[in-house]
Amino acid sequence: MAARGSVAIVGAAESDIGAVAALMSPIDLMAQGIHRALADAGLNLRDVDGVFCACTQARTSAMSLVEYLGLPHAYTDSTIVGGSSFEIHVAHAHAALEAGLCNVAVVAYGSTQRTVGRRQASVREYNPYETPFRPFLPASAYAMAASRHMFEFGTTREQLAEVAVAAREWALLNPAAWEKQPLSIADVLNARPVSDPFTVRDCCLITDGGGAVVMTRIDRARDMAKRPVPVLGWGQAITHASISSMPDLTHTGAILSGAAAYRMAGMAPAEIDVLALYDAFTINTILFLEDLGFCPKGEGGRFVEDGRIGPTGDLAVNTNGGGLSYCHPGMYGLFLLIEAVRQLRGECGARQVAAAEAAIVHGNGGVLSAQATVILGGPATV
Amino acid sequence: MQETPASPLAAYVAFLERGELGYQFSPSADAAVFYPRVIAPRTGEADLEWRVSKGFGTVHATTVVHQQKGEPYNVALIDIDEGFRMMSRVEDVAPAAVKIGMRVKFRVHRPGGDDPPYPVFTPAEGG
Repeated sequence: MAARGSVAIVGAAESDIGAVAALMSPIDLMAQGIHRALADAGLNLRDVDGVFCACTQARTSAMSLVEYLGLPHAYTDSTIVGGSSFEIHVAHAHAALEAGLCNVAVVAYGSTQRTVGRRQASVREYNPYETPFRPFLPASAYAMAASRHMFEFGTTREQLAEVAVAAREWALLNPAAWEKQPLSIADVLNARPVSDPFTVRDCCLITDGGGAVVMTRIDRARDMAKRPVPVLGWGQAITHASISSMPDLTHTGAILSGAAAYRMAGMAPAEIDVLALYDAFTINTILFLEDLGFCPKGEGGRFVEDGRIGPTGDLAVNTNGGGLSYCHPGMYGLFLLIEAVRQLRGECGARQVAAAEAAIVHGNGGVLSAQATVILGGPATV
Repeated sequence: MQETPASPLAAYVAFLERGELGYQFSPSADAAVFYPRVIAPRTGEADLEWRVSKGFGTVHATTVVHQQKGEPYNVALIDIDEGFRMMSRVEDVAPAAVKIGMRVKFRVHRPGGDDPPYPVFTPAEGG
């Protein structure tokens, strides 16, 4: 069993993001992210013997990446469950590092979905029980979850918009963010409708991008270029693959994955300073605030009112601007890890959260399907 | 020579061809099972029995898809009275008029050509 704090993230970096150079490949972006993340750690490729990756544009991404890097002996894992794959990779790398299967692991991602088009980047499988009804996936699945949340708890259209507005305010403090203009609640409500209750401003960006994090055991981590960020806990839960099979549209697997992560870390929500929640759609942030214990079930809409999760609010959520306003190349989970690492190291400039000692990173994959939580700490936590 | 049993999907489509909404029931799980499978989830038993739904249900969740070109249309999740949920759409009513809690009744939609029939729903009186 992997132990709390026995491994750390020692390097983190984005590849080029947003709209990348013509004919860059997803594996180019993974390699670029790895190069930068290793430099961040003070390591180089010769140190790497563990390769973890996921990509929608390369069916055998670990094979492609190992070929590209020339690492035939690397321990590999290309588990893919959508956007939370990278949080699961952190857990798997933790176990592999502790078991001695590898000593320096990289977790990498790359996507050129903006350049090649979303349909090219992520081909949707035919589902005979859903495809005939032409749901606009993934948006329609999250929209139906939002319809239930509004019905059961009285969550309003404006409360959903608050999530997008808070993300945008954070993004305006992040020079790397895609979106550069302010956004109001009225702007969100009056934007082009996509799948009710969502307008296009309730939906994540469609960008290119990639990146990597570097992990090693804690004894070695202390000798790296920068302050190590220990992995304190994690958990996962996969409740379904298709939205018609989701057991309960307003209660996600984050309830289970979060509880497992808190238990392993020996921590509670009140001890978390920074939240990185997978905001593919505005309803996500509300669901995950509830399911990870930051407010009671059903209160998420009221909780986010009045800019509470924005830069001037009292809970720091998605400080990079999130998938809604910073970057979303299709599977966003790696960027959650990068931002949490930077916050815990105090590298975030205008958007830095004061005295950030613990961060919760919550990945989501599929249509609220694969939930994976990682808790990361500052130096005082181990 | 033993005949190969129909796949779960082929059996389901055969019910629809006859104008029926077929679903499975697992005695070991004591629950309806949908979508159709070869073994029951959780119990793992191959005890799935085919049954025919009475065809009444309630809208559980709903959305209207707005296309960049073309008319908006409804997509919904329907809770069928026999205890299973499926994706479908509600017809004979404006897409935005489909509401959670609305009672609906099954009918077969036959798209024609090589496409198999599939179940759609219409507003029901009382159910």
